[in-house]
Amino acid sequence: MNVFLETLIGGLLAGTMYSLVAIGFVLIYKASGVFNFAQGAMLLFAALTFVSLREQGVPTVLALLLTVLVMIVGALLIERTVLRPLVNRSQITLFMATLGLSFIIEGLAQGLMGAQVRALDLGIEDVPLFFGEIMVSQFDLVAAGTAVALVILLALLFNKTRIGISLRAVADDTRAALSIGINLNRIWQIVWAVAGIVGLVAGLLWGARQGVQFSLSLVVLKALPVLIIGGFTSIGGAIVGGLIVGAAENLAEAYLGPLIGGGITPWFAYFLALVFLYIRPAGLFGERTIERV
Amino acid sequence: MTTSIPSIAAAYDEAPVTLLRRRRLLLLGGLLALAFALPPLLGSDYWLNAILIPFLVLSLAGLGLNLLTGYTGQTSVGAAGFMAVGAFATYGLLLRVPGLPLPLALLGGGLIAAAVGWLFGIPSARIKGFYLMVTTLAAQFFLEWVFAKFPWFYNHASSGTISAPRLELFGYNLATPAGRYLLALSCVVLLTWVAHNLVRSQIGRNWMAIRDMDTAAAVIGIPVERYKRQAFAVSSFYLGIAGALWAFAYLGTASAGSFDINRSFQILFIIIIGGMGSIAGNFLGAAFISLLPIFLNHAGQWLSGGHVDTGQLQNLQKVIFGALIIWFLVKEPEGLIRLLRNLAERLRRWPLRF
Amino acid sequence: MSDAEILQVRNISLSFKGVKAISDLSFSVRRGEICALIGPNGAGKSSLLNVLNGVYRPDSGELIFESERLRRVHPLEAARRGIGRTFQNNALFKKMSVVDNLLTGLSRYMRSGFLEQALGLPRARREARLFRERAEEVLEFLELQPWRDVEVGSLAYGLQKRVELGRALIAAPRLLLLDEPMAGMNAEEKREMSRFIADINRDLGTTVVLIEHDIGVVMGLSAHVVVLDYGRKVGDGTPAEVQANPEVIAAYLGTVH
Repeated sequence: MNVFLETLIGGLLAGTMYSLVAIGFVLIYKASGVFNFAQGAMLLFAALTFVSLREQGVPTVLALLLTVLVMIVGALLIERTVLRPLVNRSQITLFMATLGLSFIIEGLAQGLMGAQVRALDLGIEDVPLFFGEIMVSQFDLVAAGTAVALVILLALLFNKTRIGISLRAVADDTRAALSIGINLNRIWQIVWAVAGIVGLVAGLLWGARQGVQFSLSLVVLKALPVLIIGGFTSIGGAIVGGLIVGAAENLAEAYLGPLIGGGITPWFAYFLALVFLYIRPAGLFGERTIERV
Repeated sequence: MTTSIPSIAAAYDEAPVTLLRRRRLLLLGGLLALAFALPPLLGSDYWLNAILIPFLVLSLAGLGLNLLTGYTGQTSVGAAGFMAVGAFATYGLLLRVPGLPLPLALLGGGLIAAAVGWLFGIPSARIKGFYLMVTTLAAQFFLEWVFAKFPWFYNHASSGTISAPRLELFGYNLATPAGRYLLALSCVVLLTWVAHNLVRSQIGRNWMAIRDMDTAAAVIGIPVERYKRQAFAVSSFYLGIAGALWAFAYLGTASAGSFDINRSFQILFIIIIGGMGSIAGNFLGAAFISLLPIFLNHAGQWLSGGHVDTGQLQNLQKVIFGALIIWFLVKEPEGLIRLLRNLAERLRRWPLRF
Repeated sequence: MSDAEILQVRNISLSFKGVKAISDLSFSVRRGEICALIGPNGAGKSSLLNVLNGVYRPDSGELIFESERLRRVHPLEAARRGIGRTFQNNALFKKMSVVDNLLTGLSRYMRSGFLEQALGLPRARREARLFRERAEEVLEFLELQPWRDVEVGSLAYGLQKRVELGRALIAAPRLLLLDEPMAGMNAEEKREMSRFIADINRDLGTTVVLIEHDIGVVMGLSAHVVVLDYGRKVGDGTPAEVQANPEVIAAYLGTVH
């Protein structure tokens, strides 16, 4: 029983890291309808920038601020060169553009800052903590705590600030938002910048765990099943989806894996997502649209 | 409506069309003759091994994906997974069915890939757009895992790789560069002709109708779900044969890793750059994507005087590919084929401008 | 039911998330007539057409088409039984040419199989030629030849409406459902479209049910008018009868009585 609980809790905590990646994705999808495949590349770029700055001797706080600045500039550039020219094009076209974008960002990140694996020490010790008989990783706890804090922050941003409210207006009804004078390009810039910062947080946590390296950008592939389960448009869905995927993946690898040869994590989440998809074609929290003809 | 006499306008249209078609056929025939006569003319195997064979196979894979994505509108990022099915199935057939001729093994590999594609196309009845795209990713990862995990597929080789047991036809050895080139070329010519027939047939029109608006397609009497599954199967048939050729005519030895997600992206880029919903576009896209790295490599060597960092070259290549994808999507969503057509149109009109 | 009636609508009700779009609606369409559905916006006219060819499934009630009771009909099944349809906001295949759009309408007549078409075998080629001839007839009938190879998405709105009519017509439907075939047209275009609809009805004997806002056009075109308001039927009869009906006048003018 303890083994089961440990596996479950470990999975849930790991799941919060999936949620973090998925949240950045949902933000962008809600505000601009873009299925942003470059979210993983953004994560890699942010983490690499931070690590490179630290290696140059820049103090942590300054490095963090500079990285945030870089992500904001990046968002402005992306809005200008990719989103604006592609406005009103099909969603699939926009998705393919983000695929191209992810190539550019990955190439730039590795070209400018090197391809070798960098260690990233956030000063969080990864010692096992015991709650009764159940062992939990301290690192996972901190990561989960950060995720929760970030979600609260985003919720405040969306519900209490002017920017947040116009952002929700855009997500609800783009045309109506435009007609009351909301500047769509501005909103996109902000959302991409926020997504970049969420990517930075996720990148730091993932980077601290597995080293800052190219494979960070593959985290986006982990986030996709999370999104399918939670729906593309719901931050709450992204969190629940992340938890479900994290827990199910850990349990499946522990109990199902040995039966069919192991190493099933790369695809198990996808199959879980497919099952959900068959039951609820627009995700757990997504809205079902009635097709008007 | 009861009259069956062709209208005057239609008859008037006929003449220049057939004339044009005859000219095109001649051009195409010449091109084909040249392609088949090429190996002895080239002299060096480098062109065959490093450029022409991968170009042909990638064109075929692009064609397969284009039938599904460009013609039927179902975006797939799992192309390489179906290529893997074709490669491993062809390998299994050659290995386990004694005396099976190569063309039949390829056909069998393609059919098995088609069956797998049909299976993964089943969700397309209920799932659309991005959600469907994610199911193709599921296919990609699942298939990659299957062919890496179960040794039966690679005949328990310790390396986990497969290589063609025999490449021969009617006693001719096809394992030479020229032989492998001719094998790939024959497959490509035959399958391109079939694809050409298909996209001009009622089936092809139904695919395109589904791509443009699937609710309307159902209302006018097209069984949408069946045609989507069929497009998945046909696309996978093409990808399967391309996969087998990639493994045996190009690489020689392949493993599940030869068909990873990056291969899928590469095929997707071929159709974006070449032209969605165009058969000729695949060839342009494939040529572009297989020649650009070689060009960059040479340019890099020339610029840096021979000391070129391959890692940096790859990063540069990634950036250029990414930028090109975006450029094409913004400026010319119909790809290279449209650019070429516009150019041809302008050349045709050129003397009249004065 | 008499053979003179091609379609009977019996007690059809339809609602979306609890909001009634159509309530307990019954009427019948005689074979060979042009029946006009009129009513203010949101009266449930388009929803009704969507029920007739199976895009929406009614909550209750039944349809009787060609003496057969249809409880739940799939769009595909409706097409197969000979119900053709055009949409309010054009539902054409935008990246295909005019003639290809028409040809898609013939899918339910396709007999040659996959391999026959893939390999260009004689039966498939014969069928393709037959289909082309049929498409040429429709192009001629609707005077669309000048645009035969033009991509539909680049055509003017009025022409697109005509192409959509052609795509429904090519399958030789027994019942043609037209959702605002003249919406957004100028007077000249409307006259032209009216002429085509009248020709289809007279020369080909096709029964037509159409939705139209322009009362003038309706009165000139059809002998049978059904008036809807808030999903209910408020009038059913000849144009003259309907025009004299106080309930209809109320629906249109908003009079309270």
